[in-house]
Amino acid sequence: MGSHDLISIVPFIIIAFTAVLVMLMTALEQGRAGTFIITACGYGFSLVSICLIVPKVQPAQQIVPLLIIDGYSLFFIGLIIAASLALAALSYDYLKMHTARFGEYYVLFLTATLGAMVLAASSHFASFFLGLEILSLSLYVLVAYLYTTPRHLEAGIKYLVLSSVSTAFLLLGMALIYDRSGTMEFSGLIMRMPGLAPDLALAAGTVMVVAGIGFKLALVPFHMWAPDVYEGAPVPVAAFIATASKGAVFTVLTKFFTGGVIAEGGPLFIMFSVIAAATMFMGNFLALFQNNVKRLLAYSSIAQFGYLLVAFLSVRGMHITPVAFYLAAYFVMTIGAFGIVTLMADRDSDGDHLYAYAGLFFARPYLTAAFALMLLALAGMPLTMGLIGKLYIFAAGVASGLWFLVIVLAINSVIGLFYYIRVISIMFIRPEAGEIKLSGQRPSRTGCFLIAVLTIILVWLGIYPAPLVSIIQKLMGP
Amino acid sequence: MILTVVLIIPLIAAVVCLAPRFRSGAGARWTALAGMTAGLVITVVLFAGYQADHYALKPQRWLLETQAPWFPQLGISFHLAADGMSLLFVMLAALLGSMAVIASWTEIKESVGFFHFNLLLTLVGVIGVFLAIDLFLFYFFWELMLVPMFFLILSWGHENRIYAAVKFFIFTQAGGLFMLVSILGLAFTHQHATGVLSFDYPELIGTYMNGTTATLLLFGFLAAFLVKLPAVPFHTWLPEAHTHAPTGGSVILAGLLLKTGAYGLIRFAFPIFPDAASRLAPYGMILAVAGILYGAVMSFAQTDLKRLIAYTSVSHMGFVLLGISACNTIALHGVIIQIICHGIGTGALFMLAGTLQERIHTRELSRMGGLWAELPRMGGLWLFFALAALGLPGLGNFLGEFLVLLGSFAVSIAAAAIAATGFIFATVYALWMLWQVSFGPRRTTGDIADLSVREMLPLVVAVGLLIWIGLFPQSVIRTARQGLETLKATIEWHTPTRRSIGAPDKGMVDLKTQTAPKGLSGGYDGKP
Repeated sequence: MGSHDLISIVPFIIIAFTAVLVMLMTALEQGRAGTFIITACGYGFSLVSICLIVPKVQPAQQIVPLLIIDGYSLFFIGLIIAASLALAALSYDYLKMHTARFGEYYVLFLTATLGAMVLAASSHFASFFLGLEILSLSLYVLVAYLYTTPRHLEAGIKYLVLSSVSTAFLLLGMALIYDRSGTMEFSGLIMRMPGLAPDLALAAGTVMVVAGIGFKLALVPFHMWAPDVYEGAPVPVAAFIATASKGAVFTVLTKFFTGGVIAEGGPLFIMFSVIAAATMFMGNFLALFQNNVKRLLAYSSIAQFGYLLVAFLSVRGMHITPVAFYLAAYFVMTIGAFGIVTLMADRDSDGDHLYAYAGLFFARPYLTAAFALMLLALAGMPLTMGLIGKLYIFAAGVASGLWFLVIVLAINSVIGLFYYIRVISIMFIRPEAGEIKLSGQRPSRTGCFLIAVLTIILVWLGIYPAPLVSIIQKLMGP
Repeated sequence: MILTVVLIIPLIAAVVCLAPRFRSGAGARWTALAGMTAGLVITVVLFAGYQADHYALKPQRWLLETQAPWFPQLGISFHLAADGMSLLFVMLAALLGSMAVIASWTEIKESVGFFHFNLLLTLVGVIGVFLAIDLFLFYFFWELMLVPMFFLILSWGHENRIYAAVKFFIFTQAGGLFMLVSILGLAFTHQHATGVLSFDYPELIGTYMNGTTATLLLFGFLAAFLVKLPAVPFHTWLPEAHTHAPTGGSVILAGLLLKTGAYGLIRFAFPIFPDAASRLAPYGMILAVAGILYGAVMSFAQTDLKRLIAYTSVSHMGFVLLGISACNTIALHGVIIQIICHGIGTGALFMLAGTLQERIHTRELSRMGGLWAELPRMGGLWLFFALAALGLPGLGNFLGEFLVLLGSFAVSIAAAAIAATGFIFATVYALWMLWQVSFGPRRTTGDIADLSVREMLPLVVAVGLLIWIGLFPQSVIRTARQGLETLKATIEWHTPTRRSIGAPDKGMVDLKTQTAPKGLSGGYDGKP
């Protein structure tokens, strides 16, 4: 490992170093503002370092067999860090309401980010597993961080148990695949897998890996945990699970099941198609009459990953650009939506009851307008990144001739529209005079600023998406 | 360039309406009105300029065109263009937009700025739909109309507004999504054939595809256009939305949003899929005739004034669909006139219904009556617009429907004959409405004020326009003619069966042998 390699992993080093620093500060009982500022600086420096090393990693930079730093991984690492930064900022005011202990939260937040980054850069089963475990172990604690409330504790334990089971499956699957192929490197596997004689062990191994990944992505039928955990977790943590964690695992999915491995018409392809269709339908149907905003967003995020799978399966046409663009759009929309829920939260409730939002427009017009835009973006309406993302997914599906999935996607977009506009209707219906009562305190300034930034990004890239697309294509090829 | 301006003026006005100082009060109203009037003035100037040199059929395809790169990675550009037909429709949009602002002057009292923001944004979408000839841009504007209209119904609508708004949104969005799939399918079929990925309308015309592909792709477009038009049986969102929308919203819905469906059929569905479209045209005629009769009968059965007017739209849009399905010069001229006159006439009826509802706080016909004596001005206008709706000769609506019948007679005698009975039903429901509202015993108490000058002004303009179009249809026909000729030439040119076999099928007989040469030579002057 030369100095050049070290430069390539500077973003990782910065995050790890910041985690250690925050841990020391906590041990020395420093103030809570200090820990947040150090964390934010860590994320900021890491983001800057990514921009600086982009020119150095063309072509791809392999760091020992474990990590690969190329345009693809750097783009997603950048997204993950940006998302973490936003969520760390949102967490600050949320935590202030509930607890006095900040240090541990931010340490775990940083390690979770580190795990997600390792996932996005992994090129080997070992680093895949390592990243996943760093991420999951941090999340177990984060979900249950406000352990004095039974709800949070329950969610934490549920996530711990189910996630451990899925990890066990994943490990066994990896072992079986290794047994048949003799390699654990992705590049080697992608070359050898199509040539291997089909047998039970290989098939079982592949299915187990898919199950493990499917659990993390909350794909149907491995989705049961998502609404409960989202409901119980602190709002920013739920948003982290929905974006950074899922996004990181999805990058592994696109990296591993690519090219020859997921040949069109093959059994794996059919399996993923069925999962995609089921995920879209289940996610959307379960969200239809949901009265808890966090659960609704959980189901919506399940359905969104069904949409993403359509782009993922479009192996014949453009493949990576739609996935990357939609993930970026999904990050913005989801963090925006959860961010507003965070701002609605108060000491007693997480701002997740739908009717707490009734007539909100007439009390907080800007916040409501931003929420409406985020929801419309999730539904794929124009003037937002959501439409361009949908366009890309549809385009990928049509270009590859996946007509079945494209039609399912269209039907589901209509079903999905219903619950998004149901929330919007509730927010915009004028309440009877004197009936507006607000839950939550005045939204914090940081939170409002963050939502404003996200809304501007959402609309700007929705009207003029060319810059982001050209960045994606420069980094990953068309 | 001027097209971008036409599009941007209402957009700027919309954003200005959001300014905090305009949130309630007259500022937003005047801004909105100024924005729409400015758009109207520009389009009228363009129209007048075009009238000046109309006799020469110009060689170029578009009167005005502007193109800028937008999303080059997918071959999507910001491509606006107008021929005579688009120009007429944009003018209609600006006119009805101003009318809608005036109609909402006293009705809207809460969140005035946000109301006008939505109203103007809907109009931006409508105008964009009429001008965009990049298919993705078209879809963009198509969807853009929906969201603000949804908010208009949701926030300022009447009793059952949530249901109406959600139903409207979901129906039209469902159609729109299938159109998006078709647009993409078309673009990739084109890429497959030529190697160029493009969403540009002039590029996509004449894309070679086999019959099944063309039919399937056409179905996607039809899903959007027939829902929007609406054709029976996809009309169920319409009575709800029209009835529960605020007056301004109803005017825009009936006057413009329905027309985008007709425009889409004429501009996109037929020229891009000439073969498949002419194969499906007979079914279109059946739907059209069903719509004419069904709408008329349902209209007669209503007890809610706005619902009654809404169903007359279903009936009148049946004529539009009939004319488009017949697809010959006479019928298409009729369609254009019908679209414009129905937009103006129904817009005016909804405005009248709105002013009445503001006064007596009900839309129930059973609680009206006897208003003529007390409200002579309103009574006279009711009479006029009811007669326009039933197709009184001398007014534009009659001319439109007559030309449609004349054109479709050449294609299918049966369809034209049955559709003609629609006139009878129209007479029944229009006179019934008039009787219920203006005559008979008075069923309300208290003083009711007659129309104010503000309320009269747009209605008088509408009266003038309907008479003018009825008596001098030439200017409209002349303006639309070149665009329609080009479209028809495109359709004929790109229809391989007709070109190679040389024996035109039934639907095209008159089109090739009679009307097209006449139209091209300028011999046909559009007079019935």
